[in-house]
Order: sequence, then structure tokens, then C-alpha cells
Amino acid sequence: MHLLKDRGFQHPVASEITPQGLWLGRREWLQRTALAGSGLAAMASRNAMAQVTPPGRLAKLPGIKSGVAGAMVMDKATAYADVTGYNNFYEFGTDKADPARTAGTLKTRPWTVTVEGEVRKPGVFGIEDLLKLSPMEERIYRMRCVEGWSMVIPWIGYSLAELIKRVEPTGNAKFVQFVTLADKAQMPGVRSGVLDWPYVEGLRMDEAMHPLTLLAFGLYGEVMPNQNGAPVRLVTPWKYGFKSAKSIVKIRFVDKQPVSSWERANVQEYGFYSNVNPQVDHPRWSQASERRIGEDGLFAKKRPTLMFNGYEAQVGQLYAGMDLKKFY
Amino acid sequence: MQAVVVNRLLARPAVKPVLWLLLALPALGLLWGAVQNTLGANPAEALIRSLGDWTLRGLCLTLAITPLRQWTGWHGLIRLRRNIGVATFIYGCLHWLAYAWFDQGLDIDTLVKDVIKRPFILVGTAAWLAMLPLALTSFNAAIRAMGGRAWKDLHKVTYVIAPVALLHFLWMKAGKQDFAEVTVYALIVGVLLGWRWWRRQTGRA
Repeated sequence: MHLLKDRGFQHPVASEITPQGLWLGRREWLQRTALAGSGLAAMASRNAMAQVTPPGRLAKLPGIKSGVAGAMVMDKATAYADVTGYNNFYEFGTDKADPARTAGTLKTRPWTVTVEGEVRKPGVFGIEDLLKLSPMEERIYRMRCVEGWSMVIPWIGYSLAELIKRVEPTGNAKFVQFVTLADKAQMPGVRSGVLDWPYVEGLRMDEAMHPLTLLAFGLYGEVMPNQNGAPVRLVTPWKYGFKSAKSIVKIRFVDKQPVSSWERANVQEYGFYSNVNPQVDHPRWSQASERRIGEDGLFAKKRPTLMFNGYEAQVGQLYAGMDLKKFY
Repeated sequence: MQAVVVNRLLARPAVKPVLWLLLALPALGLLWGAVQNTLGANPAEALIRSLGDWTLRGLCLTLAITPLRQWTGWHGLIRLRRNIGVATFIYGCLHWLAYAWFDQGLDIDTLVKDVIKRPFILVGTAAWLAMLPLALTSFNAAIRAMGGRAWKDLHKVTYVIAPVALLHFLWMKAGKQDFAEVTVYALIVGVLLGWRWWRRQTGRA
């Protein structure tokens, strides 16, 4: 029972929470500060650096540490094996172990992304051009799956806004739609009728322009593994994972709210916004808590899910005045 | 194989220990996997789902005994049906306990809320609770006390439990539009119950 009155959306922002590692080492930290005068930031960035060692599986894709507010969470990064071995990518099968097993057939070169719709400069971008479009940044984001589990993933990429600025959206561009690859020859899951292919997702223009919205090309300092959405995908860390479209082939600027794949499949369970929200339950389970993969043991209580996945300070204003129970 | 030979084999005292070993194997495998950490990235989910799968398989197996007897003449199988039923109940208990513990942290408050709020959990819990009277009357003295007729009628509740368990499974999968496995189990349960209905209709039962 909660003895404290629930005051709505007032949750601690991620930046206010002292990482456990720092807390455990507070005495050492005091000594260190006294000795070297090194601040909290230096220590934190050292922690972040230490946890992201490229596993040496794929081609290196280095990135500079992102300066975007909220882009470097201090949570312990989820193991590479779990990030790349347990995820949903229905084009490669509905089991979360399927993508790692079957995504080897995905051909990521040549690859183009068509940008069209309400833009002054539409065009077809080759993946090589996209890789060079803006400096690569490393961003450590929380990832909360709608199914109730979460990870912490060090992505490599840059803000989608960088690309959007180059194509110059017109005044009619109110939403951005993402169309992903659906090729039966490369993706065994596309033969099943689980969803209407291709998988499509969408964002409101201000969401797409938000600096945290990442166009990702890699993770763990290496190029994107096929099973995680190679060669280019979206990452919107304050929304449930399925909003982050993988293996994108088309970005379309439109004036009306597009219907996303999960909305079409089951609108009672998956809305257009799908912001992480502990107070709006999925019809079949509670969204109030989550299990952090690789960390929370079998008998550990699940950890509370944070409003907007802990990015409320950064993105809360996008939804000011909106009824989030209605626009779920 | 000759039915007489099979029935003689089924009557052997060693059959029951062997059966229980077989019935325990899935649970032991999961326990081993949990200890060795080979259940994948999300062991809690793997345990809850696997135990649910085995409960459903147990229900199918229990319901398959009578058709199998009629078909093959292996009437000795009847001696094993109650054991399979009890094992199914145990898997159901483990499934529910795994959900209550690993998913709900054994917090009675949230657990009660979750069961009431979610139709899919409520239906699963109902199916599990419906197995309780059957498990409680699964020993010889209970059959004697109740009388064979009443006991048999009570245990026909299984015909309801199986579809309800199936509905629970369907509901779980429905959100993801993933009906492949559900269809397989629905076909099996459909055939097993349909066969009984057909026998009734044709006056063979």
C-alpha cells in the first residue's frame, strides 16, 4: 500500500538519481575529489566509457560522446549477448531468439533510404551518404519493451533532426512515417501473416525533431547487427521499443497522422503515441514495473517503470496538456 | 503391437515410477536451466511460459487416454490417467506460482489486483482453481467415498478446463497476432473433445 499520496506525473528525473556504482563508491569519490579535484562528470563519463567495450564482432563504428541532454544514462549497459540475442524483430520470426538465428540472410549493402512527401528536397540517400551526413555519437539509452522488460543500450548514430533539416520539410509536414524493409527472400518472418507488411511506424513532427530521437547505425561501438535493425534504424527512448522502426527504407513526410503497424493490428493495445507510461496499463498486463534483462534476478522484485522511461525532463513538454490515457 | 502384450506391460509395477520420472523431466529440465542460466536473457518469462505450455500439454495428454484406449485397445493406460492428471495440476500450480513470484513479486496486493483486472489472467486462474477439486479427489479413498459415478461426473470438469486454458493461451498470444501454436493446441483439444461428442451423438459412449 502506498502511504504517500500519488501526485501524478512527478517522478524523479534520471539525472537526479545517483548511479549505484557512484553511491557505493562515495567515500572513494570524496577522497578522489579532494585529491585530484575531479568532478562527478569525469567519474561518470569514465563509468560510461568502461562499460562500452566493442565486442569485436563487427566492423568498428566509433562515435563521440553525445552532448544531447539525457543521451548518456548512467545505468549499467546490458550485455552485448543479450542486446543482440533477445529482441523482437517479427520480420525474422516472433520468438525473441529468432532474429539472432535467422537475420544472417539480411543484405545491408547496397541500401538506400528514400525521403519523400512534404519536403523541399526529397531524394534517395545511399547508406554511405547517411553514414557521413553528421558526426556519429555514442548514446546510452534505456530501452523499455511494451512486454515489460528493459535494457540499456549504447547506440551509435545521430539525431534524426540532422537528416530532417537537410531535406527541408514544408509547412504541411505534420508527421513522419517510417517504412521498413519487407523482403520475403531475406526475411523469413514476412511469409507469415502476423502483421501487415511492410512494418510502418510514425512520429509527430516535434517528436521526430527532438534531439533524443536517434537515427542509429550501430551499437556497442560497432555497426548495427542485422538482428537489431541493420543498417539503419530509429530509436525513440521514451517510447515502447516497437516504435523504433528497424531496417528503414523510406521516410515519408505527411500532413495526417499515419497508422502504424501495431495500431492497425490491435488498436486497443497499441496506440500511435505508445509513450512509456507506468500509469497506463496494457490491457493484458501492468506497465508499472519492468524486469531489467541480465540484472534483475528471478526472485528480485521488478523495478518501477519511469514516466517517459525516465526521459520526462527532456520530452515531457511535448505532451503538455494532453490526456495520456486517451492518447496512449 | 498386440494389445494383450501392451496391457501386460502396463500392469507392471515399474510403470508408475517410470511415468512419474517422465512427467518430472520437463520440470527438472527447467530447474536445471534456471540453475545453469541457460534459459535465455529472460529466465522468468521462459519459466512462466514453459510451465504454462506443459500444463496445456498435460491436459491434452489426460484427455487423450480414453480415445487412445478405444483406438488401440491398450486399456492398461487407464491406470496412468489419474497420475497424468495430478502431474498436470502440479504443472498448473508451478505455472501460477511462477507468475505470482517472478512476475508479481509475491505481493498479494498487486497480485489480487492483477488477477481481477486482466481477463486473460483471470481466465487462467479460474482454469487452475477448477483443477483443485479434481486434484483433491485424486486418491483411492476419495473415489470410494464419492462413489465411482459421482467421481467420474466431477472429473468431467476437465472438458471445461481444457477449453478455458486454451482461451487463456489464445488471449495471451492474441495481442501479438501469433496464432500458430494456439491453432495446434486448439486442433488437438478440438479433436479430443469432438471425438467424445461424436460418440455421445452416435450412442457409442
